[in-house]
Amino acid sequence: MRDDIPGLLPKNLRLLVQGITGKEGSFHTKMMLDYGTNIVAGVTPGKGGSYIHGVPVYDTIAEAVEESEANSSIIFVPARFAYDAAMEAIYNRLSPIVIITEGIPAHDTVKLVNAAAKYNVRVIGPNTPGLIFPNKYKIGILPDRYFDEGAVAVVSRSGTLTYEISMSMVNRGFGQRIVIGCGGDYIIGTNFIDILEILRRDLETKAIVVIGEIGGDDEERLADYIMHTNYPKPVVAYVAGRSAPPGKRMGHAGAIISGGMGSAESKINKFKEAGVRIAYRPSEVVEKLMEVI
Amino acid sequence: MIEYEGKQLFVKYGIKIPDSMIISRDEYVDPPKPSLNYPLVVKGQYPYGGRGKSGAVKIANNYEEYIEAINSIAHISVGGVKPRYILIEEFVPHEKEYYLSIIMSRKDKKPVILVSKYGGIDVEELAGKPGSLMSLEIDPLIGYSDYHAKMVSKFLLNRLDKELMDMVRRLYRLFIENDVLLVEINPLSINESPIALDSKVMLDDNAYYRHDYTQYIEYSMLASKGEQIARKHGFSFVPLDGDIGVIGNGAGLVMATVDLVNYYGGSPACFLDVGGGASSERIQRAIEVIANELNIRSLLINIFAGITRCDEVARGIVQAKKLLEEMGIKVVVRLVGTNEDLGASILRDAGFKVYKEMDVAAMEAIKNEG
Repeated sequence: MRDDIPGLLPKNLRLLVQGITGKEGSFHTKMMLDYGTNIVAGVTPGKGGSYIHGVPVYDTIAEAVEESEANSSIIFVPARFAYDAAMEAIYNRLSPIVIITEGIPAHDTVKLVNAAAKYNVRVIGPNTPGLIFPNKYKIGILPDRYFDEGAVAVVSRSGTLTYEISMSMVNRGFGQRIVIGCGGDYIIGTNFIDILEILRRDLETKAIVVIGEIGGDDEERLADYIMHTNYPKPVVAYVAGRSAPPGKRMGHAGAIISGGMGSAESKINKFKEAGVRIAYRPSEVVEKLMEVI
Repeated sequence: MIEYEGKQLFVKYGIKIPDSMIISRDEYVDPPKPSLNYPLVVKGQYPYGGRGKSGAVKIANNYEEYIEAINSIAHISVGGVKPRYILIEEFVPHEKEYYLSIIMSRKDKKPVILVSKYGGIDVEELAGKPGSLMSLEIDPLIGYSDYHAKMVSKFLLNRLDKELMDMVRRLYRLFIENDVLLVEINPLSINESPIALDSKVMLDDNAYYRHDYTQYIEYSMLASKGEQIARKHGFSFVPLDGDIGVIGNGAGLVMATVDLVNYYGGSPACFLDVGGGASSERIQRAIEVIANELNIRSLLINIFAGITRCDEVARGIVQAKKLLEEMGIKVVVRLVGTNEDLGASILRDAGFKVYKEMDVAAMEAIKNEG
């Protein structure tokens, strides 16, 4: 089985961890190493020269790349410093850059995702649990024991709900090709369409589970994309927030119905038109998968 | 932001608004005599849309009508709340209403200027009228250029109007300098000079740390007591109308749990996300907030533990046991993940019901005692 996905993940992953000396950065560096992720360097300004779980720490990405040949990054840096951290990674052409940080102002995110597009760098997140290639490696904070390798790709805007649904899949014999969180923020670097376009040509992916939620119109546009490009793989979707009141932010910065836009109903209707199978409960995702595989 | 708050921000940036005064709730009984010229527009200030249809905007041609309008609007609820303020403005005579906004577009990942010759109606309706709406992208890496203002002026007036172009420039500065997600002038009047007749400003919660928004915001920041407490403790909390409290970890999971309660015919009382890695104290506090602020008959706690530890969660629930019993609240817990067996045994020893399946727990929480 190929363990790269062109356009998303490089052939030989050499990951750099930004914010590696922080509590979260350090903890998840250990978890990722234990799972088999090839982490070659860490960066924390002012902490250069030290080691975290055997990984060398540098002050700048330029030094880290010079010595370790890192080609991708994961960011745990606090929100107010995350913009600079991401720009540094973009200038050094690391790709993908997975931004775990929650709470980055939308104006900052907009600038960094536009810069990334210009430099041909892929940004995943912000406010994402990252991604996992079951039984190979992960770039993120997903608790690995709920995943197993298989042929279904899971693409989501949330964290724990993704673990929940993935676990119920594994319990019924459906492993995952890849599980990837796009992030819960108002502005995100990589959305559903980007991922489905990449997976379109991935021979190992036989079906796709989309876990959407209220807010924005990524799900509606994905439905259009599926319909108008005759998407070749079956898609099952769950949309969270059917009982969310308008104008209230439901935890995620991006999960808000505003100006009559972004309701779960609108997303579900669009998905149905596009032939996507809808699960109304998280546990129903597996039942819908059994209908298509 | 509420209309009058947004307009204060407009004034700071030199965007013209009608001459006006603001009346607070304590003054409704005996409103001050306006030193403005009639006719006046009397507008209730609400955190939600739809006031026009509810009759909370009135014209007053004289003092009697002014008093009458205030007395009437003071009792009109929009979105379940009565106005804490009423805005009094001089009526601006105008033949035509326009629309002007700058939005941080989620789809385009860029600021976008939207303009229309047909103001006064929703932008969604405008989008349905072909040719009525123009959108102009601003590259965030390059920024605004007067080209944008020229395009707006040409589109609306078919000429280059200095004052309108100046307004676009000022609006963009306001947008950038305050981390605005949406700033909308609808309607916009352009008779002699452009005047913002209404304002809608959406700020970015994530950018609060680098602004002193409190100089413009009073009312819209004054959430309910429960919301304030939740905010203080860093929970995401949204009160709903029902009688079943919902606590969980992770926004998506809590949304899904709230939906599930609804799906099985129950009525959720809130959305409360404790976030990742919650300690027992945090869980206890979350339960206390819900028990004290809401009138619930049962509480559904749904934890899918990754970084979170089920035994910590269980200890938090046990610490809140006395309060829950005193208030007669039934508790249903669903625990899965890190240390789930330990967590479940702690809870069972204390007499709680623990489940593994989310669906079963939701149905159990809905069931009436008996």
